[in-house]
Amino acid sequence: MNFELLKISIQSILAHKLRSILTLLGILVGVFSIILVMTTMRALQGSIETEISSLGANTVQIKKWPTISFGGPGTWEKYRRRHDLDYEQYKKLRLALPSVKGIGIINHFDTDEVSSRYDTTNPDISLYGVTYPTFSARNMVVEEGRAITDTDVENRRNVCVLGNPLAKKLFPYGSAISQRVRFNSINYTVIGVLKEKGSLFDAGADNMILIPITTAMNYYGHRRSLDFLVEAVNSKEFDDTIEQVRGVLRSIRHIKPIEEDDFEIETNDTLITQFQNVTLTIRIGITVVSSIALLAAGIGIMNIMLVSVTERTREIGIRRAIGAKKRNILTQFIMEAIVLCQIGGIAGVILGVLGGNLAAVVLKVPMTVPVDWVIIGLVICSVVGILFGSYPAWKAANLDPIESLRHE
Amino acid sequence: MSLPLIQIENVCKAYNMGAETVHALRGVNLEIFKGEYVAIMGPSGSGKSTLMNILGCLDTPTSGSFILNGHAVDQMDDDELADIRNREIGFVFQTFNLLPRSTSLHNVELPLIYAGVDLDERLEIARNALIQVGLKERMNHKPNELSGGQRQRVAVARALVNNPSILLADEPTGNLDTATGDEIMLLFDELYKKGNTIILVTHEEDIAQRARRIIRIRDGRIASDEPHQVS
Repeated sequence: MNFELLKISIQSILAHKLRSILTLLGILVGVFSIILVMTTMRALQGSIETEISSLGANTVQIKKWPTISFGGPGTWEKYRRRHDLDYEQYKKLRLALPSVKGIGIINHFDTDEVSSRYDTTNPDISLYGVTYPTFSARNMVVEEGRAITDTDVENRRNVCVLGNPLAKKLFPYGSAISQRVRFNSINYTVIGVLKEKGSLFDAGADNMILIPITTAMNYYGHRRSLDFLVEAVNSKEFDDTIEQVRGVLRSIRHIKPIEEDDFEIETNDTLITQFQNVTLTIRIGITVVSSIALLAAGIGIMNIMLVSVTERTREIGIRRAIGAKKRNILTQFIMEAIVLCQIGGIAGVILGVLGGNLAAVVLKVPMTVPVDWVIIGLVICSVVGILFGSYPAWKAANLDPIESLRHE
Repeated sequence: MSLPLIQIENVCKAYNMGAETVHALRGVNLEIFKGEYVAIMGPSGSGKSTLMNILGCLDTPTSGSFILNGHAVDQMDDDELADIRNREIGFVFQTFNLLPRSTSLHNVELPLIYAGVDLDERLEIARNALIQVGLKERMNHKPNELSGGQRQRVAVARALVNNPSILLADEPTGNLDTATGDEIMLLFDELYKKGNTIILVTHEEDIAQRARRIIRIRDGRIASDEPHQVS
């Protein structure tokens, strides 16, 4: 019986192709936008989460400004009023916390080209000021030569460590060690070359030149807040380490017990949470917009169904005369609305997943299919169909059989 | 003697048309037995259509009782009426009333769908019904691909497909030319000879002459009810 009704619904939808397509276009757009955004978000999220994880699982980052922030001008003002994290505080922190594996600094100073006597790179190379523990905290492995040591930092030496592809490009004929490179018209002696990270998401992970933080501040200025990296001994000590760092930093920065921290402590988890908060806001926004689209589509469906009921009054009369019960007619018309919505919904899902993955390809992140949202999308379609098909179906079911048989 | 198939006692039907009440039927008494071929005649406004709607279980009387094949129709709710129409009544209409976008086969199959018969059995019965009315070659044609006479044959096949106790025909030849009308009437004769109970509602005298009993309605009452010899 229900299979028969399904067949009847499909037949009557096919009988009015153009009208049906125009009607389900609304549903299609609504579902499409939901699925598109969800697919893109999911793809981005998956990629960014793995990217953040590559930071080092036992590493905490301490910053003046949060990496990802979302809020009004008031929050911005709050961050701006904070005191900088400076090199003196860094030294104090290292002295106070000998038990952690290492405390490093990593600050981005400039992006420009690097040249050697053989070649010059594109101007997309990032210059970072670092200290010795930064290498371990950021999972950077020195393949050749040595890392930047504390002595280099203390003496503000003009030395640098190059990313692997950079070294190969600048010194194609041999080792880069002890050679000179030039960045922003300043010469550095190469002391080490990093092992290639080969990140999918961020080619910049390898396109960098590292110099001692003190050297960097010397050339580019001291008035900046530094980003500290604290690496715990192991994951067991991780939470304790965070608390120790917080306590020591508060005392170094003279924060009263009732005041909140005036610095950000970021771990992989908090970064992921921050990122999710941003995507959540976008998702809520899109959901609201899509809901409005679906509401409009639902009203369109209701309108078409009402026309359809009037147009098919005679058919309803015939069906009633030969034994269709009210609920048979009711089911038939609701089924028709659902089928209409589902066709639109499935088309929307397919286009949304395709579009979202196209965006994923453009953004160079792995493709994904948000199965849960596909299901939610299709369920929403059915709900829209039932919701807006009910009244026309009820009207159809309650037509007087005698009157509707006479209907021209 | 066996119980009548249709037993109508003192049936009245009144409609409210705005402020005034129209009495379409004013106490009709009628008994029809299985295997009869009855014509119900009357001018327009006589209550003929109202009686037909009640006989066809499309409508219920305001007062009085109607028993069809042992079922008290006057007590039934909407779903039960639909059910009794499905099982006991086969309608043939003046305007055929076929589903325009469906094939003959699907049109004939329709009552069986609502009766909940399985697909295979349903198609078997529907095919046989179409063969019976001589439309073996037209099963997959849609109504607009058929002549008027063929359409009415499809309608007859649809009416018969559920083995109803009565075949209720409302002006079955009204939209057909004389020759085709005669064909349909011959089909009815044949069905009558096979033992079907036929009730023919018409205002055409020569159509009514095919029946074995003629009931005339006037002003909501039965004016005459006579057996009729077919020459």
